[in-house]
Amino acid sequence: MMFDGGLLSLITFLPLLGIAVILVAPLFLRADVKATAPASGDAHHAHQPNHAPHHVSWKSDFPRWVALITSGLVFLLSLLLWTGFDATLPGFQFEENHQWIQALGLRYHAGIDGISLFFVLLSTLLTPICILASWRSVTMRVRDYMIAFLLLEIMMVGMFAALNIVTFYVFFEGVLIPMFLIVGIWGGERRVYAAFKFFLYTLTGSVLMLLAILAMIHNAGTSDMVELLGYSFPVHWQYILWLAFFAAFAVKVPMWPFHTWLPDAHVEAPTAGSVILAGVLLKMGGYGFLRFSIPMFPIASAEFAPFIFTLSVVAIIYTSLVALAQKDMKKLIAYSSVAHMGFVTIGLFTLSSQGVQGAVLQMISHGLVSGALFLCVGVVYDRLHTREIARYGGIVKVMPKYAAIFMLFTFASIGLPLTSGFVGEILILVGAYQIHIILAALAALGVILGAAYALSLYRRVIFGKLDKADLQDLWDVSRREIALFVPLVILVLWMGIYPQSFLSPMQASIDKLVENYHVAIAQAEPADFIVQHQWAKWQQKPVLSQDPMVVAAASLSQSSLAPSNLSQSNLSQSNLSQSNLSPSPTRLPLSASIIAKPTDQD
Amino acid sequence: MPHLHDIIYLLPEIILLLGALSLLMIGAFMRGEKIAPLAGGGGVKTTMKDEATIAVAANRKNWLLAGGAMLVIALALMASLPQTVPDGNEILSGMLRIDRFGHAVKIFILIGTGFSLLVGWRWLMRAKAAMFELPVLMLFAVIGMTQMVAANNLIVLFLGLELQNLALYVLASSQRESRRSSEAGLKYFVLGALSSGLLLYGMSLLYGFTGALNYDAIANNIATQNGGVMPYGILIGMIFIITGIGFKISAVPFHMWTPDVYEGAPTPITNFFAVVPKLAGFAVIMRLLVEVFGEFHVEAGQILVVLSMASMVVGSLAAINQRSIKRLMAYSAISHVGYGLIGLAGNNADAYAATLVYLGIYVPMTLGTFGCILAMTRGGKPLDELSDLAGLAKYHPWLAAALAVFMFSMAGIPPLAGFFAKFYIFRSAIDNNLIALAVVGVLSSVVSAYYYCRIIKLIYFDPPQAKGALDPLPREVAWVIGLTAMVILWFVLWPNGYIDWVRHAATDLWKGSE
Repeated sequence: MMFDGGLLSLITFLPLLGIAVILVAPLFLRADVKATAPASGDAHHAHQPNHAPHHVSWKSDFPRWVALITSGLVFLLSLLLWTGFDATLPGFQFEENHQWIQALGLRYHAGIDGISLFFVLLSTLLTPICILASWRSVTMRVRDYMIAFLLLEIMMVGMFAALNIVTFYVFFEGVLIPMFLIVGIWGGERRVYAAFKFFLYTLTGSVLMLLAILAMIHNAGTSDMVELLGYSFPVHWQYILWLAFFAAFAVKVPMWPFHTWLPDAHVEAPTAGSVILAGVLLKMGGYGFLRFSIPMFPIASAEFAPFIFTLSVVAIIYTSLVALAQKDMKKLIAYSSVAHMGFVTIGLFTLSSQGVQGAVLQMISHGLVSGALFLCVGVVYDRLHTREIARYGGIVKVMPKYAAIFMLFTFASIGLPLTSGFVGEILILVGAYQIHIILAALAALGVILGAAYALSLYRRVIFGKLDKADLQDLWDVSRREIALFVPLVILVLWMGIYPQSFLSPMQASIDKLVENYHVAIAQAEPADFIVQHQWAKWQQKPVLSQDPMVVAAASLSQSSLAPSNLSQSNLSQSNLSQSNLSPSPTRLPLSASIIAKPTDQD
Repeated sequence: MPHLHDIIYLLPEIILLLGALSLLMIGAFMRGEKIAPLAGGGGVKTTMKDEATIAVAANRKNWLLAGGAMLVIALALMASLPQTVPDGNEILSGMLRIDRFGHAVKIFILIGTGFSLLVGWRWLMRAKAAMFELPVLMLFAVIGMTQMVAANNLIVLFLGLELQNLALYVLASSQRESRRSSEAGLKYFVLGALSSGLLLYGMSLLYGFTGALNYDAIANNIATQNGGVMPYGILIGMIFIITGIGFKISAVPFHMWTPDVYEGAPTPITNFFAVVPKLAGFAVIMRLLVEVFGEFHVEAGQILVVLSMASMVVGSLAAINQRSIKRLMAYSAISHVGYGLIGLAGNNADAYAATLVYLGIYVPMTLGTFGCILAMTRGGKPLDELSDLAGLAKYHPWLAAALAVFMFSMAGIPPLAGFFAKFYIFRSAIDNNLIALAVVGVLSSVVSAYYYCRIIKLIYFDPPQAKGALDPLPREVAWVIGLTAMVILWFVLWPNGYIDWVRHAATDLWKGSE
């Protein structure tokens, strides 16, 4: 059965125990819960301010405590994954494989590699933070709220750890249930609209993925991801399957133009819902690209990479400009998320070690930073109940500590050196530069625009004249709120100052991913590249020069690969690809690899 | 007596028949109806006390009859559980075929009937729509269905079908004071008679062109006739038969009666309609397709693909704007029939197993949902407007949670049972290269997710209605809702026993035809 497994199953399903305790407890605590019920039950829609007199009995806080303790325990257990993780192995670790549905050949198979490790950690870290963040701001139906978050944690961790494509889908889509309820029940004014939009957008994308999954099982005869990773799909299938998976992940990431659900969902979700949404749920899309699209359909990925780059660049520039025009704090951060995820998709499809590492790092960093920014918004929202930027100004005078915290995360969002945002962005830009200089330039434009909107948000909220009367009465962050930010601050700085401790566990897995990809591309027939074959014929431009810039320019049209061997692809591919791929300069420390890379190209 | 040893295989039917007849006798001769005032010719005034005693007696009698019917169903269920199968599977000179497939469907039918009766009886009593004939009629309908499922002969099939239909017409119009119920019964009767006519015409064509009534004889005849070239008469006969059964399972475009009948019939009867006759209809069409029309699987497949697509699309689009939850459930049932037909469009045992798995999961989902609808009464008055659900979670958190589970499951969201039903059915579609059907299927499942979510929105997101809480749930309704919700929730952990059992049933059906 599913529960006799090891650590990973324990981490995944421990929240079930918390849910059971929360559900069963009222039977034993009935009298107390009833006595304090008005405190938690009746405040329909009225978010109680932080300083409101709240009840005394710990028993009315019971669901909160159970959820916090459970998710905290899960986080501590998940640290064991990090400490016990062997960074030298590229494959899956902590594997568990149990019988599930024999008739359909489905097994419960779970395990993590260097990539999923950090996503699991991100999920388990953000859940207790979310629960703590909603400690006082959620007063309505606390019990259901906590159950929803614990359920969400199961789904998130289960998804990142899934090694069976069907269990992956079960968790991937199972996320919809708690998230739909969280947005819909505890959200703002237009919560119903936002919840439906979120639900239906995501569902449409993922049912197409379901068909793709079924087609993959039909084709490969297995639903096990480890076996599927070793299976090479026929090329025409790769295109169809890639597009179906793209439908699911592009909505989830979200990529322009499938992003319109995100601002609505973010604005209407409660603070903690936004944190999870930005922190983990968006990463599911990027993780999906990394786990399915790239390794399983390498040729289609190479073919569609320019398409992804185009969408991403549009997303970065367009949504940054949109963010500049926002009047609502949450909406601004939501649009900035789309822009940041545009970086991620560029990084992923550069298919170079740096690009992919940068993308993964950027996802983790964005998970922490945007989560923290939503928490920052939540702090002032709890006090003033408005997210309108114009209603604030000059609050550095009354909330100095808050201003400092907000500043750090704003800088991290911009990607200032020594913060986590910098490392990911620079690696992605290095990867993008290898593809084409224009791609790197356009992406870099996004960094500038990012600075513009983030700093303008910060200036308008924190600085300026403190002339609004109700702002005078604001009080600085409480100890509980500081407790929320402390782990995030530490991690953001840690990732910025010494990224190696995050990069080294994922190094082996990413190198293997990139290497497998390039081997698959090198083995492919030139006729397999349908789109680019046509494109090259249309251009009638043989690429002969060995000048690195020309090679890079050609590679944009020929393939997303740096190696120049593709244009002359029939010639001795195997040894070329070997020589191009094996050196793996990224094993060097970060600074060295950045310097080393351009020379490595030719 | 050459067939005496065959009796053992008919034990469930015999129990049902004896039970139904003796309950009918008990009902007819037991005192308890309000006959006293009539006997007095209006001259004798009954006192309040008399009225009360009569009401109590009527009550007791109705409960006794319903309890008796449930007991009979339980006994029949126990008798069919051993699943003993005769050599060669045929009994009574090849009139009936007893196989594991028939047993499986029979068990679904009995479970569905028993729970519909259990969950709805108190509602009928309160609505003063309970008559002792109703459980007896249900039993007769079940006997008809078990015959349909087991039939190996067109005449037996038609007899079973008509026995079922007659009982269902009366059940639909059983709320005599309600105009809508009478209307429902009449509509059901007229369209049901039409569809029976179509079916019968198809059968006569089949008989005319093959000269046989037994399934295997017809199949033999088709296979050997004209060196494999089909006479069109048989093809047309098949189309008529599929049409006739399409009416019974309310596949689009033969679905027009469904919303009206679902809305007009008393809710517990609607529940019965939504669950049980569909199972029997599906079983009949499955058996006919495999055992009679095996040669025609390409032609039948085309028809079924069209029916399936149309049912899924119409069922999901038409439900969006409904105000009455019963009408909504009618369209939802139509779309579920469409999903079920996906499996039939594939021509192998695994695809049929997918349909059976789907139907089996559809039973608890529908029973649970109707349990929740039956619980929607306020001050003894039944409600069926969707808006009556607004804010349900505030007063009835458990009922709301259960209804949310059923809705998410119907929408096919994992990890609930409905997802696995859809997963299996879409898997069979992909395996049989029915890509277009699968794409239409998943897209219409997104559309239907919209209206299922609308119900969740009403119960969770909307503020409660001013009119206050619903009546407290009757205990047996609460139990049925709880049980079905548990089945839906825990299916993900223990799916193997059920799926294997159903797959055996489906392979048995296919083995029998070879």
